Amino acid sequence: MSRLPELADAFMPHLMLAPIALPMLTAALLLLLREEQQRLKFTVSLVSTLAGLLVAIALLQWAHRAGTAAGMGVYLPGNWPAPFGIVLVLDRLTALMLLLTSLIGLCSVLFAGARWQRAGVLYHALFQFQLMGLSGAFLTGDLFNLFVFFEIMLAASYGLLLHGSGRARVQSGLHYIAINLAASSLFLVGAAMLYGLTGTLNMADLAQAVPQVAPADRGLLHAAAAILATAFLIKAACWPLNFWLVPAYSAATAPVGALFAIMTKVGLYALLRLWSLLFGTEAGPSAQFGSLWLIVGGMATMAFGAIGMMGSQRLTHLAGHAAVLSSGTLLAACGFGHNLLTAGLLYYLPSSTLAVSALFLLADLTERWRNGGATRAPYENDDDAPFLSPELVPATGMNLDDDEQVLVGRIIPAATAFMGLAYLTTTLVIAGLPPLSGFVGKFAMLTAVLNPLGMGSSAGQVPGIAGWTLLALMIGTGLVALMALTRSGIRHFWAAPERPAPQLRVLEGLPIALLLGACMVLTVQAEGVMRFTTATAQALHSPASYVRAVMQATPRQAPQAPGNSDAPLPGIGARP
Amino acid sequence: MEIVLALSIGVLTGSGVWLLLRPRTFQVIMGLSLLSYAVNLFIFSMGRLGLAVAKEPVLVAGVTQDLQHYADPLPQALVLTAIVIGFAMTALFLVVLLASRGISGTDHVDGAHAHESQEMP
Repeated sequence: MSRLPELADAFMPHLMLAPIALPMLTAALLLLLREEQQRLKFTVSLVSTLAGLLVAIALLQWAHRAGTAAGMGVYLPGNWPAPFGIVLVLDRLTALMLLLTSLIGLCSVLFAGARWQRAGVLYHALFQFQLMGLSGAFLTGDLFNLFVFFEIMLAASYGLLLHGSGRARVQSGLHYIAINLAASSLFLVGAAMLYGLTGTLNMADLAQAVPQVAPADRGLLHAAAAILATAFLIKAACWPLNFWLVPAYSAATAPVGALFAIMTKVGLYALLRLWSLLFGTEAGPSAQFGSLWLIVGGMATMAFGAIGMMGSQRLTHLAGHAAVLSSGTLLAACGFGHNLLTAGLLYYLPSSTLAVSALFLLADLTERWRNGGATRAPYENDDDAPFLSPELVPATGMNLDDDEQVLVGRIIPAATAFMGLAYLTTTLVIAGLPPLSGFVGKFAMLTAVLNPLGMGSSAGQVPGIAGWTLLALMIGTGLVALMALTRSGIRHFWAAPERPAPQLRVLEGLPIALLLGACMVLTVQAEGVMRFTTATAQALHSPASYVRAVMQATPRQAPQAPGNSDAPLPGIGARP
Repeated sequence: MEIVLALSIGVLTGSGVWLLLRPRTFQVIMGLSLLSYAVNLFIFSMGRLGLAVAKEPVLVAGVTQDLQHYADPLPQALVLTAIVIGFAMTALFLVVLLASRGISGTDHVDGAHAHESQEMP
């Protein structure tokens, strides 16, 4: 682990290609293996994902150390200079998202290895393609390339969502595909309009071109940006574009649901990246365009997510609405376009994503425990609320408090204890209660809202209506989430009728422990992580260094033909 | 030329959106196809310096090599990518459509109204 920085230095900038190339090659290899070789497939997938995690850690360390303008990683895959060829860009935000993706990917692969990989064909190959799409979307510095990686990610996600088949999955999959195809059309329209106006698709070049757009064309530019943002807001589950999310995520198999927790964050990442580049403070008359829309949309999403959590009867629905709530909080905070708030947001993002992923995995274990091995009890219909079933009338043997049975001396099986504790931790992180990372993230955001210039130096600045509303909503939704999660926890873990202890396999317990352990690390290392996210936010809100690094990246010189330099081989040396 | 292209994009988009909002899966897939045609035409019209009317698409000897004399090649590349991806996605949607039809026994997008038709003698 301590050798990682030197290794990263030795292989940079080519190491930047690894998060895309590694899953792609693995997926290609997995396609060659026969379907019976499940164990081999699982091993290959696991090893590749583990290597991906190490690469992501190395890239994060590299980006944090060499995070200055000159040290930002820019890779020219076609060896053409920036606005003409495509570029891959690595900065702190990208490295953070890559690490989060590979960590959740690893946990999801582990969990799938226990059981779910056998529910259909080609699970691991699709999974690796999904990882490739996600990493590519985070790394690319080109708008059209972003579209291509989005499509790779979505194509794989369609397959993963339908994994295991069944009526609920096919129905929600149909809606999911339809809305994402419509969103892709919007993406293309927005990207084409931006190209027509500025003549470039390179994000850094776009940032340079936006202030120079003629005043007559500014309306068209804003329309293009709004259409593009609508496509991202659909991915980021902004209300009222998010009704597809909960049915799709809760119908998906547990490891897929856990991975999908990061899919909404891709939309948020794209918004954050493009908005700060195109409409940052240096964008002239277009500065901060659409800020109010993001704030209002985010707040509506927060309210929707919280109400949805309150109304959820199933744990998977609860997890889906928790993903919406986290997405809404991030969108609203992103809309303020404020340095310190963005830093808090970037701390809250990994913490809430990890917790939602863990909740998806935990929901699967708990439901199977409750229903004796099946994902769903046999008497349940799709639309029934599980806690209104006759099963719930307190049976004999259920320990209600008024019976005053002695609890002391009862043995709680280790598996039950683990699941209960994991659920408790998830609740604390999602509701944002101390002492865990959810609280630290929310506290950092609230502090930034109240003291826009930093702690103790508000200089007479008041938060304004939007700030106070965000404050109230953040505290209010936290309370509602806490109530919903507690209610569900009581029903599943406390008031449970007598039933055999759950069968907990290591492969299923380990990923949950890993995800929650990462939340613990975030909490313990809060200062270091906050310093990292503050640097990230500063770089995001002053895009000049990003633009300079990308535009000044020079192609590598073509190698001279050995021996006679007078007659180079045809095709070599002719490139710029 | 411009008005013809604008009208056709508008008509395709309008019919596409209308079909997309219909309750039958086949109508939805037709709507998505029409919408993607509209988007592809739209990308064509978004070349640098506007729509290329009566300009050379490929290099010809003796003509100055700049965008005043040639069509912008980039939208063509973008359209090609968009067509390929759109094609694949439509095929995938078709498979899911058939699966949904097979599982729910109806071509309604929500899989609803299946019970009535099954209960008919």
